Amino acid sequence: MSAPALTAERPRAEELSLTRKRVRVGDLVFKLALQTCFLIGFAVLAALLLWVVVKGWDRLDSRLWTEMPTGRVSRIDQAGVQSAITGTLWVIGLTALFCIPTGVFAAIYLEEYANRERWYNRLLELNIQNLAGVPSIVFGILGLGLIARQFGLGFTVITASIVLSLLVLPVVIIATREAIRAVPQSIRHASYALGATKWQTVSRQVLPPAVPGIATGSILALSRAIGEAAPLIVLGAVSFITFNPDGLRSRYTVLPIQIFGYIGKSQSEYVELAAAAIVLLLAIVLLMNSVAIFLRNKFQKRW
Amino acid sequence: MTDDPDHKVADMTAPTHPSISIAPPGAGLGRPAREPGSAGAASIMELRDVSVFYGDYEAVRGTTLAVQQNQITAMIGPSGCGKSTILRALNRMNDLIPGARVAGTITYHGQDLYARDVDPIEVRRRIGMVFQKPNPFPKSIFDNIAYGPRVTGMKVSNMDDLVEEALRGAALWDEVKDKLKSSGLALSGGQQQRLCIARTIAVKPDMILMDEPCSALDPIATAKIEDLMYQLVSNYTIVIVTHNMQQAARVSHRTAFFTAEVDNAGVRHGRLVEFDDTQKIFTNPREKRTEDYITGRFG
Amino acid sequence: MANRTAIGPAAGNQSLRRGRRHPTERVIGVLLVVAALVSIATTVGIILALVEPAIEFFRDVSIVDFLTGTSWTPTFAQKSYGVLPLVVGTLLVTSIALVIAIPLGIGSAIYLAEYASDRARTLLKPVLELLAGVPTVVYGFVALFALNPILQKYWPGGSGPSFQNLLVAGIAMGVMIVPTIASISEDAMSAVPHSLREGAYALASTKMQVATRVVVPAAISGIVAAVVLGISRAIGETMIVTIAGGLISSEVDFNPLHAIETMTAYIAAVSSGDIPVGSIEYKSVFAVGLLLFVVTFVLNAFSIRLVRKFREVYE
Repeated sequence: MSAPALTAERPRAEELSLTRKRVRVGDLVFKLALQTCFLIGFAVLAALLLWVVVKGWDRLDSRLWTEMPTGRVSRIDQAGVQSAITGTLWVIGLTALFCIPTGVFAAIYLEEYANRERWYNRLLELNIQNLAGVPSIVFGILGLGLIARQFGLGFTVITASIVLSLLVLPVVIIATREAIRAVPQSIRHASYALGATKWQTVSRQVLPPAVPGIATGSILALSRAIGEAAPLIVLGAVSFITFNPDGLRSRYTVLPIQIFGYIGKSQSEYVELAAAAIVLLLAIVLLMNSVAIFLRNKFQKRW
Repeated sequence: MTDDPDHKVADMTAPTHPSISIAPPGAGLGRPAREPGSAGAASIMELRDVSVFYGDYEAVRGTTLAVQQNQITAMIGPSGCGKSTILRALNRMNDLIPGARVAGTITYHGQDLYARDVDPIEVRRRIGMVFQKPNPFPKSIFDNIAYGPRVTGMKVSNMDDLVEEALRGAALWDEVKDKLKSSGLALSGGQQQRLCIARTIAVKPDMILMDEPCSALDPIATAKIEDLMYQLVSNYTIVIVTHNMQQAARVSHRTAFFTAEVDNAGVRHGRLVEFDDTQKIFTNPREKRTEDYITGRFG
Repeated sequence: MANRTAIGPAAGNQSLRRGRRHPTERVIGVLLVVAALVSIATTVGIILALVEPAIEFFRDVSIVDFLTGTSWTPTFAQKSYGVLPLVVGTLLVTSIALVIAIPLGIGSAIYLAEYASDRARTLLKPVLELLAGVPTVVYGFVALFALNPILQKYWPGGSGPSFQNLLVAGIAMGVMIVPTIASISEDAMSAVPHSLREGAYALASTKMQVATRVVVPAAISGIVAAVVLGISRAIGETMIVTIAGGLISSEVDFNPLHAIETMTAYIAAVSSGDIPVGSIEYKSVFAVGLLLFVVTFVLNAFSIRLVRKFREVYE
């Protein structure tokens, strides 16, 4: 073994004083800079949201859901967004119906049934991760080219629901997969050891504890879908709809689209109406997200 | 038992007289036995009735001992008796835990380590620490070693020389001299631990604290590190916490034995039982508890 | 011998062969695969929906002209289909957004991961996630009606920003992306093992040194993934730029004070207008859409690889 060559200069006695040699200014400035970064982001956002509330305050009343939209300034006092609210309910209801079962089943397949080594399953996983990052407007183009025209479903409630379902499907799948993964293997082994089949094990032992995680993912997915406007613009939703949807193949409008329509008007009264509608939209979305986050934090780490 | 060149763990279940079952310090490895309590060795760190609290919980209490310069001081005892906690108090690593505080006095070269105007970073500049599980940075070997000198603002005329010196000091140079740019994580466990030691001595500390440095390593790597301690101690002062009694008996000059007691409320507290020359602790301890522990009757 | 009640499998069902007992298993299995295939169908659908009309488009306009032309005038009498003005618009607004989002996002992440107390972090991180859910139409609205008037009022010097402009859209977009970058970067930094920090502190480091020299470098692939994701979101964002960015696209313009159209704004604008199906303008939407898809696809693939690499090191 090589002998250690220790030619170290040991700290001399006078250097052994431990007192603060200097105030570390750099460190303090750094910490301050970081706090500033944090505060700016939040403060600006909070200020903007507050501004919206103030702007729309006068129009925040029952007219929003009792009245239909209008295109004429003279009638703006009797205008609301009822068709957008009902349209949103229809579209999101259908979206939930499509994307939640599909997403959960797809996640179950990937987590419980798929052989990870196979190339096609890895491709499947990669594909879902990629889809999560595709711009929402591209989904609109998908809807336009294939669903509305090719499949002949037109610019209707059902087209919107299908497109939005496909858009938020990755959210449901990824959240469900994580929830399923959190269930310990020992539970599954115990179930199999008792002679249960795969589906019995999944449906009776794996899914129930995963429900909060699945709920979280579903709520986040739907809240995202509620706020989406871009794909629906491509699907021709931007026209004045003053009636509530009456079927799957009905024309429709949703809150973000109606807001977009009002923004396009030049009169300032529309701005206030738009702000009020935004407050409504924000309230719904933030409420849903809060519930989802609360659910997740509450039910995490049960094991 | 006295000849243990392969460092096999002693059979602890055999209740024999302490003076026979435990090898005299240093024996069996071809090394001269330790000179107990060498007169003239200055004590560079003194603990007087030191307790460490986490919030209201007194984790360890009543610790009084002195660390002599250029000696290895070992702290032994069963799990959960405060050895690591005391060790971490010596270089103010407990400061990182919110709610931790130290009662009693710890003096280092005559200065109160916990005085108000003492900078913990300066303390750690002089008192380094090697951890139980090797924790090299995910950087190259070179950058791992250069890290300490860089952040402490050491004036280095030639970093290459300093890195080589540190690696030689940790008995790692020959094994890595051709791959200094490769990642520190690519080394074996024992090599990583020696890298951590090299990293520590690169800032030229005065004392090195070692918190069970070999417990995550295999016996051969352990032996290398123990040999290294022998070489390092001529230039540094070492305090080592170890679960392995034979290790303490092999390498250290003085040994402190800790134990855990449960009080009336059912709460565990650690406590120093006995502190003496290693030879004496292992052949003729004063306290019965110490004797019980080293003969394997408990712990 | 006394009669023994059967304790094994029911007498009439001794067969061990798979699938005999549970036909439902097969049905379920099929349903699951179908569900999983929906995502594949989506991608295939997107590609088909984009590629088919795009190919028709490129019969009339050469790809080279499309990708290198600097004149985008589908509505003029003299039609020109060089996409660079739209691309420049997209890149311009993305750059402005990143200038804001990267320092604020990473700074917030370092603060949350290394400096904030545990209590502060458990409070603030959910708030961050909450803010990430604000719909983009809201950002467009405040950009146009709140931010821009302020910019116009306090603009030093000559002609300030116009009614719609990429600067204000970029600022709003930057604020929108901050939660994304902050959240993912914070996850990456929190995942760095505490033992590394301890090792650094034991080497006499200050908190700033530990954060900047040990934690950030160790988490760098996660941080870069966060930034790439932010870029991808910025490029694909539609509402902010449509409402507040502008719809003028005839020539390449690098001045963010002007109203400039981005790729996404063009698609939105054309789709909401009255364009005859099958016309070349109609098809141009798909060509631009295809370009958009390809760019974001490449970015996302890169980001996914980075996240994977990061996970390998620490899990």
